[in-house]
Amino acid sequence: MNKIENNKAWFFVIPVFVVVAFSAVIPLMTVVNYSVQDIFGANSTFWTGTEWYRQMLRDPDLQAALLRQFAFSFAILAIEVPLGIGIALLMPKKGWAASAALVLVAMPLLIPLNVVGTIWQILARTDIGLLGWSLSSIGVDYNINANAADAWFTIILMDVWHWTPLIALLSYSGLRAIPDAYYQAARIDRASRWAVFRYIQLPKLSNVLVIGVLLRFMDSFMIYAEPFVLTGGGPGSSTTFLSQALTTMAVGQFDLGPAAAFSIIYFLIILAVSWVFYTAIMNAQKDKSAQQ
Amino acid sequence: MSWMHWTGPTAGFFISIALILTGMTVWQYFSPSVERKGFLPIATTRGDRLFIGLLTSAFIHLAYIGVTEFHVLVATAVSVVWMVILMRWG
Repeated sequence: MNKIENNKAWFFVIPVFVVVAFSAVIPLMTVVNYSVQDIFGANSTFWTGTEWYRQMLRDPDLQAALLRQFAFSFAILAIEVPLGIGIALLMPKKGWAASAALVLVAMPLLIPLNVVGTIWQILARTDIGLLGWSLSSIGVDYNINANAADAWFTIILMDVWHWTPLIALLSYSGLRAIPDAYYQAARIDRASRWAVFRYIQLPKLSNVLVIGVLLRFMDSFMIYAEPFVLTGGGPGSSTTFLSQALTTMAVGQFDLGPAAAFSIIYFLIILAVSWVFYTAIMNAQKDKSAQQ
Repeated sequence: MSWMHWTGPTAGFFISIALILTGMTVWQYFSPSVERKGFLPIATTRGDRLFIGLLTSAFIHLAYIGVTEFHVLVATAVSVVWMVILMRWG
């Protein structure tokens, strides 16, 4: 096939290019510059080479925070994606009930992150909080400030409460975009409810789910305000995730060099995982369309 | 530019990245890349392989710094060899 390549359209990309350069590329370059130096002040710097990277990569606290971060991100994805699809399937399809359901489901998304943390912190208190009080009154020894398992349970529950609506709304819009002809064909074939879901709804949802999974992975991998308000990273450091470890270092101790080196490592991990997710799902789609 | 705290090696690093990208653009203009399947599990274009190569090279460097005591240029040399293999047969 002879395709005429015309690259003039690239000129229209220039404004975006400039904005991205100033908002992302130049700051990132600055971080790289910081990561190889010890910066004492505006004009006094000292070349350290890869020393900060060496320190950060061998720091047991950061390694533990990284493992925790992966555990957290995969746990919430494993809960939120199936749950979000389930909610989307149950939501009414038309009429006033559809609008009402949309508003209700979207509600948690409208609440600012630190407010979500505060709500759940109060909810988890055993003296006045609904969740904490209920659990302790039925005899469960529940205390997020002393028990790491309780803190994890509450943080995961909080994230599921806050962000499952995003997956549900994306899936709902994906479901509404499926033409009725598919369902008619399925009825003619007397397809079961499961077959309709497996061979019509799920494949048609894969595009929005790619976006949903990517957004949730990146967002959860950068989670900061909610666990910081809810548990402050404790008890001990059992819920200290990567961004909190980074903030403590960069803002609390003002170690710009190590914090910059750590940011670069953090960035590379997010980039790699997102790319693998994206490529895997895109290729699964390509194989499918090749088969059809 | 002084607020960015440039150093020789980081400037060199970014200039070489910019040169690679420019070179790839010129190459793509004169001979457009065709997607093909090599030893990687997915079909890739030239630009895909460059991206994969740069990203894996970054992790090769991190692994060398994190686990071994070799000079970082050893990791760079390994990365260059890996990059050539990936671009040619990947």
